[in-house]
Amino acid sequence: MDVVQLQRQLVDYRASLYHEAFLDEQFTQLQELQDENNPDFVVEVVSLFFEDSERLLNELTKALEQQSIDFKRLDAHVHQLKGSSSSIGAQRVQKVCIAFRNDCEEQNVEGCLKCLQQVKHEYSLVKTKLETMFKLEQQILAAGGSVPM
Amino acid sequence: MGMAAESQFHVLAVDDSIIDRKLIERLLKTSSYQVTTVDSGSKALEFLGLHEDDTTNPSTPTPCVPPNNHQEVEVNLVITDYCMPGMTGYDLLKKIKESSSLRDIPVVIMSSENVPSRISRCLEEGAEEFFLKPVRLSDLNKLKPHMMKTKSKDQLQKQEKQEEKSVFQSPKHQQQENKEHQQQQQQQQQSGNNKRKAIEEGLSPERTRRRYNGITTVV
Repeated sequence: MDVVQLQRQLVDYRASLYHEAFLDEQFTQLQELQDENNPDFVVEVVSLFFEDSERLLNELTKALEQQSIDFKRLDAHVHQLKGSSSSIGAQRVQKVCIAFRNDCEEQNVEGCLKCLQQVKHEYSLVKTKLETMFKLEQQILAAGGSVPM
Repeated sequence: MGMAAESQFHVLAVDDSIIDRKLIERLLKTSSYQVTTVDSGSKALEFLGLHEDDTTNPSTPTPCVPPNNHQEVEVNLVITDYCMPGMTGYDLLKKIKESSSLRDIPVVIMSSENVPSRISRCLEEGAEEFFLKPVRLSDLNKLKPHMMKTKSKDQLQKQEKQEEKSVFQSPKHQQQENKEHQQQQQQQQQSGNNKRKAIEEGLSPERTRRRYNGITTVV
């Protein structure tokens, strides 16, 4: 595939991510902070997000496996995940976190379990999408092209 | 360290989230500030040279450095997250404002939650601004005026302590500021996010009353 085709593919792919609300305006803000002096900024932030989210999802899973659930602790973790997903523009993950916090507040175990499943699902979706997007960008660069804004 | 009038402003950013620290660092550096990031209020106080059990120092005569102030690096502004484990941003704000050596440092609070009572509490305690997260470049344009106040104040104090020092502000600097204000206004108009606009409009000191109109609480 030639550079122009790859670039078009990337532009379309990105547009679909926004269209399907995987990403929102905040992700654009991140891209705008990237420049020749900080060419890997977006990838770096997103990688931190992946690491941090996986840690939080593990904590959430453990917390919900306890005999007696510590809802405060649970909420604290969800709050963190909500914050970081908001910071990178991962809108669908953020939305589930909002619902998740409500269930924590109401100490609704069933609700929390459902939300955990949902947030894991949304997280894995956005992770795959972002990784696909980064791969496309790499392909363009490898083919000698520049990544469109 | 040279005392050139155009030396950079140094911002201390406090946030327990590694993602948000990275973000705020990039935002601040893009705005040409020097940045130090720490992950807790207690580390912030340590960096500022204040030990946690220091509150108001007993009255010291003229401007001289209190014995336990080890602050080597000048900090022109502290920007801190509100929700942090242990010491919250509000606690940190209080400690700074209660310290005679640190109280003049402007403090800005960031929060992902839009809670009017929280906002007013922080502003009443002396915070200069309250930013909703995620923080944007346009928010940071509001910081310079606060830092300018301290900078000239610090420079005056240093003048008193040392021999001769010439303090001046380059006209180019002032022109830049005007330009930034114009850009900021344009950016605000283009912003599609109504909630953010409400906060932005509400934060100027003259409009205290109108501050919370139109803000819907987001959970």
